[in-house]
Amino acid sequence: MFKIVKREEMAEGTVILNKIEAPMIAKKAKPGQFVILKANEDGERIPLTMADTDPDKGTLTIIYMVVGKSTALFKTLKVGDTFQDVIGPLGKPTHLEKLGKVVCVGGGTGVAVLHPITRALKQIGNNVTCIIGSRTKDLLILESQMKAASNDLRVCTDDGTYGHHGFVTDVLKEVLEAGDVKLVVGIGPVPMMRAVANLTRPFEVKTLVSLNPIMIDGTGMCGGCRVSVGGETKFACVDGPEFDGHQVNFDELMLRLQAYCEDEKACYEDYCTLREAT
Amino acid sequence: MKEKAAKKEKVSRVAMPEQKPEIRRRNFDEVPTGYTVAMAQEEAARCLQCKKPGCVDGCPVSVDIPGFINLISQGDFTGAIRHVWTKNALPAVCGRVCPQEIQCEGKCIVGKRGEAVAIGNLERFVADWERENGTGALPPQAPSTGKKVAVVGSGPSGLTVAGDLIQKGYDVTVLEAFHKPGGVLVYGIPEFRLPKAIVAQEINFLERQGVRLKVNAVVGRTVSLDELFEEGYEAVYLGVGAGLPRFMNLPGENLIGILSANEYLTRANLMKAYRYPDVDTPIPKGKNVVVLGAGNVAMDSARTAMRLGADSVKIVYRRSRDEMPARAAEIHHAEEEGIEFFLLTNPTQFKGDQKGRLTGMECLKMELGEPDDSGRRRPIAIKGSEFHMDTDLVIVAVGSGANPLLTQSTPDMELNKWGYIVADPETGKTTKKGVWAGGDIVTGAATVILAMGAGRKAADAIHQYLTWGW
Repeated sequence: MFKIVKREEMAEGTVILNKIEAPMIAKKAKPGQFVILKANEDGERIPLTMADTDPDKGTLTIIYMVVGKSTALFKTLKVGDTFQDVIGPLGKPTHLEKLGKVVCVGGGTGVAVLHPITRALKQIGNNVTCIIGSRTKDLLILESQMKAASNDLRVCTDDGTYGHHGFVTDVLKEVLEAGDVKLVVGIGPVPMMRAVANLTRPFEVKTLVSLNPIMIDGTGMCGGCRVSVGGETKFACVDGPEFDGHQVNFDELMLRLQAYCEDEKACYEDYCTLREAT
Repeated sequence: MKEKAAKKEKVSRVAMPEQKPEIRRRNFDEVPTGYTVAMAQEEAARCLQCKKPGCVDGCPVSVDIPGFINLISQGDFTGAIRHVWTKNALPAVCGRVCPQEIQCEGKCIVGKRGEAVAIGNLERFVADWERENGTGALPPQAPSTGKKVAVVGSGPSGLTVAGDLIQKGYDVTVLEAFHKPGGVLVYGIPEFRLPKAIVAQEINFLERQGVRLKVNAVVGRTVSLDELFEEGYEAVYLGVGAGLPRFMNLPGENLIGILSANEYLTRANLMKAYRYPDVDTPIPKGKNVVVLGAGNVAMDSARTAMRLGADSVKIVYRRSRDEMPARAAEIHHAEEEGIEFFLLTNPTQFKGDQKGRLTGMECLKMELGEPDDSGRRRPIAIKGSEFHMDTDLVIVAVGSGANPLLTQSTPDMELNKWGYIVADPETGKTTKKGVWAGGDIVTGAATVILAMGAGRKAADAIHQYLTWGW
């Protein structure tokens, strides 16, 4: 059992932060790694990349968007409640290297994943520009944390209610044109990561993306999370979750993420109806 | 004596009652329903009680088969199960999933002239009897040695090591990467062949004897092998299984609707997705299902797909019936349930629609040529034999490789060229001090009982090492 010690609602209640007691994982976890969580006996195993860890207090933080039945169920858990299972740390940690000028680009809850990576890249001496975005001002998360984790924070909203009016890629383009960028880390919804990778390609700037495909075990056993990278099949759980964005077949990934969408939609709707009724 | 034997030969084997194919093909309840007390005693009476029993030689864990069968025929079921436990910690499992026909029953003298004594059915009977009627008394245990042993992986070989060493007085902790213990017994073998309540009971039996279980512990990630020694474990047994699914490497293989058997069976068995949406994990329900491969895992996948409501389920295999690796009984059960067999057939590519979903498969007919390295005749494509097969769900069950998660994080342990752990076949000893290994991560994919046999040998070797230092 893994106890929730802190809970916050963000982005108008669509995004939830849970700080969870998991001392063994917190001690081991490195930026870029993920955990698998399962709320109860009949629950689904949900992979989420960690937003933060505190090895001294033995806690880890996850930030997730409520998108289906399992995350809706997670949302009902209060401080003091428990996840039945938390497994990790899984996946390869981010390769951290002092390169000079680095740009971290985050969209949606991808900002949460980007947070420990940004902080670590800055800590080892990189000059980190961070670009985060959301649809609208009220959906933006972790602004102050990202400001602290980077040397320069730029904010965008699709509707112009805050910061730059437009997409993160608009700002990224400016930064790339200014030159000298050694690495771009782009984490967010698949279309955003694809756009980031397409933008950096002509600049020949190495671009890392963090993928979150459907998976079960997270240890390389099921092969459900296979992604095509440079024409080869890779397992995101053990070969990733981070890959060279210029090599990832994003189209295939987008399709594969839809594998259970009809089942999931029906299941989520049933769950919501049931919750409203009780 | 000769006369007595001759008399017994005429008594035919007591058949195990089972669910009718047309009923069971759509439910997940266990197929064979078990012997009654009368049936068990009648079958037990067929045993000749050989002085030099071949059956025991045929058993990878050397269960005293005539001994426990004799106790059954005397009606002493408690005595019988205790007798089995001295050699086998998982009799309810072995009675169900061992390939007895090539092991104990394959060497049974009664079987030379007729049907072998139904040793598997009898083993299952006493284990079930104990579970339902037993006193719950535990086997005797040696005084504590005060020494800690870690077992990595809670599949059949790990559980065997745990059961053996707890009885020898060790402090045993089993680490399991999944959220539930049992390994392949829980994620791989379906409910209709091995009810999960029975696996849970066998594991509970080990826990009651003092075995500690840590789930969600991914050795190689959550904790490293060296850290286990730092935590005070004096010996470690690695029984992590093969655990790396093989794919066909054909065009279109990443279409939605193509799953490894590992994924398909894990969804169905571990995650109980056949009860979706009562549980939260979904499973693809194909109308025209194709299973690639013809081993036991392929049969399990095909029979699961049928139970999930498929209109048709086809086994597609590139060799002929004679080369199919599955147990004869499993093939028979699958056929009875309406699974079709497309033998000497090999897929060449998968076809999908615009949404990336599988719609069909291109195939070639094959013929058998000269024997290959495996000694089986090599399948050769027949020119111009291309044909199309409609399918919306393909389950790839063509074997598995060595999962590198643990071994990659343990560079000072020798692996062979396929990534399996190098271990002494007699003792399971690896090239890393204090570390033993057995089961599929040493041999490649094999059977439950062979993994248990490896566990037994390793447990003996660990006991010697911790007692004498070698």
